[in-house]
Amino acid sequence: MSDWLSPAEWEAVQLSLRVAFWATLFSLPVGVTVAYALARWRFPGRELLNIVVHLPLIMPPVVTGYLLLLTFGTQGPVGGFLDRTLGFTFAFRWTGAALAAGVMAFPFMVRAVRLSIEAVDPKLEQAASTLGASRGWIFLTVTLPLILPGIIAGTVLTFAKGMGEFGATITFVSNIPGQTQTIPLAIDLALETPGGEALAARLAVLSIVLAATALALSEWISRRVAARVGGT
Amino acid sequence: MLEVSLRHAFAGFTLDAEFSAPAGVTVLFGRSGSGKTTIVNAVAGLLMPDEGRITSGDWTLLDTQKRIRLKPHRRRLGYIFQEGRLFPHMTVRQNLAYGAWFAPKDAPREDMPRVVEMLGIGPLLDRRPGALSGGEKQRVAIGRALLSAPRLILADEPLAALDEARKSEILPYFERLRDEVSVPILYVSHSASEVARLATTVVALRDGRVASAGPPEQVLGDVGAMGTRGAASILTARVVAHHADGITELSGAAGTLWLPRVKAREGATIRVRVVAQDVILSRALPDGLSALNILTGTVAGLRPGQGPGAMVTLDMGGERLVARVTRRSADAMGLAPGQPCHAIIKAVSVAPQDVGQTFGDAHG
Repeated sequence: MSDWLSPAEWEAVQLSLRVAFWATLFSLPVGVTVAYALARWRFPGRELLNIVVHLPLIMPPVVTGYLLLLTFGTQGPVGGFLDRTLGFTFAFRWTGAALAAGVMAFPFMVRAVRLSIEAVDPKLEQAASTLGASRGWIFLTVTLPLILPGIIAGTVLTFAKGMGEFGATITFVSNIPGQTQTIPLAIDLALETPGGEALAARLAVLSIVLAATALALSEWISRRVAARVGGT
Repeated sequence: MLEVSLRHAFAGFTLDAEFSAPAGVTVLFGRSGSGKTTIVNAVAGLLMPDEGRITSGDWTLLDTQKRIRLKPHRRRLGYIFQEGRLFPHMTVRQNLAYGAWFAPKDAPREDMPRVVEMLGIGPLLDRRPGALSGGEKQRVAIGRALLSAPRLILADEPLAALDEARKSEILPYFERLRDEVSVPILYVSHSASEVARLATTVVALRDGRVASAGPPEQVLGDVGAMGTRGAASILTARVVAHHADGITELSGAAGTLWLPRVKAREGATIRVRVVAQDVILSRALPDGLSALNILTGTVAGLRPGQGPGAMVTLDMGGERLVARVTRRSADAMGLAPGQPCHAIIKAVSVAPQDVGQTFGDAHG
C-alpha cells in the first residue's frame, strides 16, 4: 500500500476512516432514538423534528457547513462553550470533520431505521408486555432484533456518506492535510494542483473500492439477519 | 374469583358490563362488536377504560376511582391472541421461555417439559414460528402464555383464524388446560359449540352489555341472550360403547343417546350440545321413525316467542332440554307444564364439534 500511496495520501485514507467511524458511532444511538420517536410517538414538535433531521439532505452542503461554523466554531455558542469549559474544539480539526460527516449522514441513518421500525407489528410488542416485559425490555428483546437489518443498512449508509462528505466539511473545517483532509478533499486538492491527475485517479479508485466493499459487507450481514428473523 | 366492572365509550358504542368469573373457564360470548375483545383488552391493560374496577381476589388490577391502573407487564396474565403473535426471531423454545423469564422467581409455575408434553410441541422446539402451521403456532402460543406463571389466562378467539380441522385439533388442548391447570381462564368466543365444550361459566354479551350470565346449560337455553335460532341445551352423558356400525352409545340422566362416532374413550363423560330447533316433540311414543334418539321427560316450561315460535323446556331426569316448535304445534298438542312428552333428536343433527370432553375426564 505504501508503495502505491505516499505517506500523505495514506494519511488521508486513515483520516477518512477515522472520521467516518466516529461519525457513525455517534449517529447510531441518536439516530435510532430519533427514528423510534418519529415512528412511534406523537408529540408536539414532531413535524419540526422531522424537518430538522432531513434538512442536511435538502440544503446545499455549503449552507450546512456554514451553519456548523456559526454554531460549533470557536466563536459560536456551542463551540465556544465547549472550548472554554472542556478545552474541546471542532474548528479546523478532524473532530469537526467527523461532526460535519455525522450531520450530513444523519438523515440516511434515521430514514433506514425508521422504515424498519414502522415494519415491526406493534402487536408483537403488546404481546411482550402481557408476558411481563417492561418497555425497555420489549425494545431490547423484540424491537431491536427485528429492526437489526435496518440498523445495519443505516450504519453502512452513514459510514459511506461519512467517507465521502465534501461540501459541509470544507466549509466548516477547511482543507488541512493531516487534520481535515479526507479522501474527497485530497482529490479536490490534487485536481487543482498541476500534474495531480494521477493521484486523484488513485484516490478515486480507492474510494470506489472502499464503498463497494462496505456495501457488499452490509448486504451479506443483512441477508444473514433477515434469514434469522424471517423464520425458516 | 375475577370481578370485572367496566364503562368505556367509543364513537357510536358504549361498553357497560359487570360480571364475575369463578374458577374454570369463563367464556365471554357474543357477536362481533358486542364488546368481548374490549373487555379482555381492558383486563390485560392494553386498553384503559373510562371507568372501571378489575380485581382478582385481594389483588387489584384496575380501579379508576382509586387511580390504580396497573401497567400490562405488571398484571401477570397469560394472553393467547387470535393470531398467536409469536416472536418471529426466536425459536419455539425461546418463545416458550420468554414469559417465564420475566415472572417473579417465587411465582408458582408450570413445568416446561410437562407443558411441552401436554401440547405435543416437543418436535417443534428448535424451529422458528415462520416454519410452523397455524395450529402449531397456536399450541405454542398457549404454552407461552401458560409458562409465564400467569394468575389468569386470557384467550381472545384463539381458534377463529383456524380452519375446522385445526379447530378440532386445538380445542382438546383447551379442555386439558381447563381440567389440568388451576389458573382461571377468560375465553372470548362467538361460537356456541366452543361455549358448550369449554365453559364453566358463560357471560353472554349484546351491544356492550351483559345479556345473561351463568352456567352454560342456563345461558345457552336463554332465548333472550342467544336469540331463537341459537338457543340450545347441553346434555351430559357417559360413553357406554362404540358400536361396529359407527354409532356411539351414551348414557345420561335424560336416557340413552345414540350419536355418530364420538371421539372419546368408553367410560368418558362428555357434553353434547343440542340446538333447540333440531328437536321434535311428540306426545305419544313415536314408532317406526328413522331418528335414533327418543328421550322422555315432562314439560317444565312453555314460553311463546315474539313470532310464530315457542320455546318448550323439558325436564329429563334433572337435565333440561329446550325445543323450539311453532306456537301452532304447541297449541295443537295441548302442551302444558307437568305433562309427559317425548323429544326426538336426529343423531346426525349433533355436529361433531358440539361434542366435547368434560371435567375430570382427562385421566379416565
